[in-house]
Amino acid sequence: MDSAKTSPAPVKKKGRWLKKLRENYPFLVMIFPAVLVVFLFNYLPIYGLLIAFQDFMPGDPILGEYTRWVGFDNFTRFFNDVQFWPLMSNTFLLCIFGFIIGFPLPIIVALLLNATKSRRTAKILQTIFNGPHFISLVVMVGMLTLFFGRYGLVNNIIAAIGGERVSYFLQSSAFRPMYILSSNWQDFGWSAIIYVAALSNVDPGQHEAAILDGATRWQRVLHVDLPAIMPMVSVMLIMSIGGLMGVGYEKALLMQTDGNLGVSELIATYVYKQGLTGVPDQAYATAIGLFNSIINVVLLIIANTTSKRFSENSLW
Amino acid sequence: MLKRKQAEGGPIKLTTGDRAFYMVNTILLALLALIVLYPLYFIIIASFSDPDAVLGGRVILYPVDVTFEGYAKILQRTDVWRGYLNTIIYTILTVILALAVTIPGGWALSRQTIPGKKFLMVYFIIPMFFGGGLIPFYNVMSSLGLINTIWAVILPSILSVWNLFMTRTFFESSIPQGLVEAAKIDGAGEFRIFTMLVLPLSKAIIAVMALYYAIGQWNSYFNAMIFLQNENLYPLQLVLKEILIASESTMGGSGETILEQYRLANQIKYVSVIVSSAPVMMLYPFVQKYFAQGVMIGSLKG
Repeated sequence: MDSAKTSPAPVKKKGRWLKKLRENYPFLVMIFPAVLVVFLFNYLPIYGLLIAFQDFMPGDPILGEYTRWVGFDNFTRFFNDVQFWPLMSNTFLLCIFGFIIGFPLPIIVALLLNATKSRRTAKILQTIFNGPHFISLVVMVGMLTLFFGRYGLVNNIIAAIGGERVSYFLQSSAFRPMYILSSNWQDFGWSAIIYVAALSNVDPGQHEAAILDGATRWQRVLHVDLPAIMPMVSVMLIMSIGGLMGVGYEKALLMQTDGNLGVSELIATYVYKQGLTGVPDQAYATAIGLFNSIINVVLLIIANTTSKRFSENSLW
Repeated sequence: MLKRKQAEGGPIKLTTGDRAFYMVNTILLALLALIVLYPLYFIIIASFSDPDAVLGGRVILYPVDVTFEGYAKILQRTDVWRGYLNTIIYTILTVILALAVTIPGGWALSRQTIPGKKFLMVYFIIPMFFGGGLIPFYNVMSSLGLINTIWAVILPSILSVWNLFMTRTFFESSIPQGLVEAAKIDGAGEFRIFTMLVLPLSKAIIAVMALYYAIGQWNSYFNAMIFLQNENLYPLQLVLKEILIASESTMGGSGETILEQYRLANQIKYVSVIVSSAPVMMLYPFVQKYFAQGVMIGSLKG
């Protein structure tokens, strides 16, 4: 931020402050719409979290004369819900398995792309790899049903070699593999972009020196390329740990069937169903959602602190 | 690229180990490309093959018994075309409003002299990590009277804090401070500087932002699903959801009737995947450098 050097030194006198305001009010006008939108759609809902601590009926004012506070009742109710442990483990397992595959894959792909002989080939491959990122969730899940449905391509192949047809969408054991593989199919190329960019900034001199020392290409991947992207890797690691319990429920919702609900029901999909479908129990659903976001924030803080202690990389 | 050639063992003779490395590398990448491309290719050939051939597993590498029946059928689906039109309207409105909010906002945030800079940064960072969640969000939309209006789909999508910060980073790194100072000395006001000097220099970020917001709106279904009851307002993705994801558990009956339902439904599914993704996919190779640029701008630490 080199502009910092040219900006006037901070002034404390009231007169100067007013003058500064008069000179710079156009910036406030420019930022105002963004402030307003964030206030409406991000901060008002945070205020709305209060209903998690109330006996709330849809239509009630959040703070009114007849508001009945119930403390942490909605939370304890969730902890005692028979669904509590299944929801926690479904959410956690889906995320952790997704992370185990989805985190290293883009790094490996970026290293592979960086080690191709021609830059042109790498560019073309990247264009291909990024493509699926732009497929919508609805179409993605639609494609899954087309490929893994009872009469889809996969079953046709299985039947052709003499196997039994399986409705993968009705099988709970198939939910996580389908979810994770399709997510990775969509996004491995996209997630590789920043690593590719970081790799292209590696000083060619380092490679030349390594070659002179007799390093093979493989050794150069391990000792030149990989260390070069490590700072980026740790930042991405912190981010994904923070999102560990915040899996994309919109896709899980689309993939749910009666058959796989045992593993496909996540905290977030449960919140949706409790709060917006059937006979809505909004206070309860809000409490569950709040519980989930608090876990996320705590995970993020833990990841960031740990990273700060052991390396120089952190988000803040 | 001389440098790269050297780094990739250009003039120096390759050792056996290196040759093996490059071979494995090529094979892995080719395999990945195949894994990405084949499902897309299959959808395309299945969309104009005979549905019986597709169900019978005879369509693997090339179209069989070419027919455009599926495309003819989808032309008659008024719900699909209404959804298409709705999505186009929502996308255009979203992009216009989003640019009007994000670009000036990003510029203002990138200025050191903006009053309350520290406060504003914190104000925008908090929502990146913590939010009210689904139900309070729904209730806010409800009390704003937006339920079942097109604004329920548009307004929450006109600002992503990530995009705001990306725009700010772009301005910080690519508008020379000297230029702004010079304009100020010439007596230009801040609004004038923004519209006459900054905007013409920001085509790249405007393009990236327009594309990000457009794709986001084009592909989204969730807000429409929870906020819209009137089917005439349904965006394309919501219509598609009903066509594509009639789950297997809802298809009742014996094996025979299930097969028949499949026959009728599947062709329209393949076609609708193509028809709905075509605009994005056709545009994609031309605009992908902007997308990639966006990711790069975003990765610079602000």
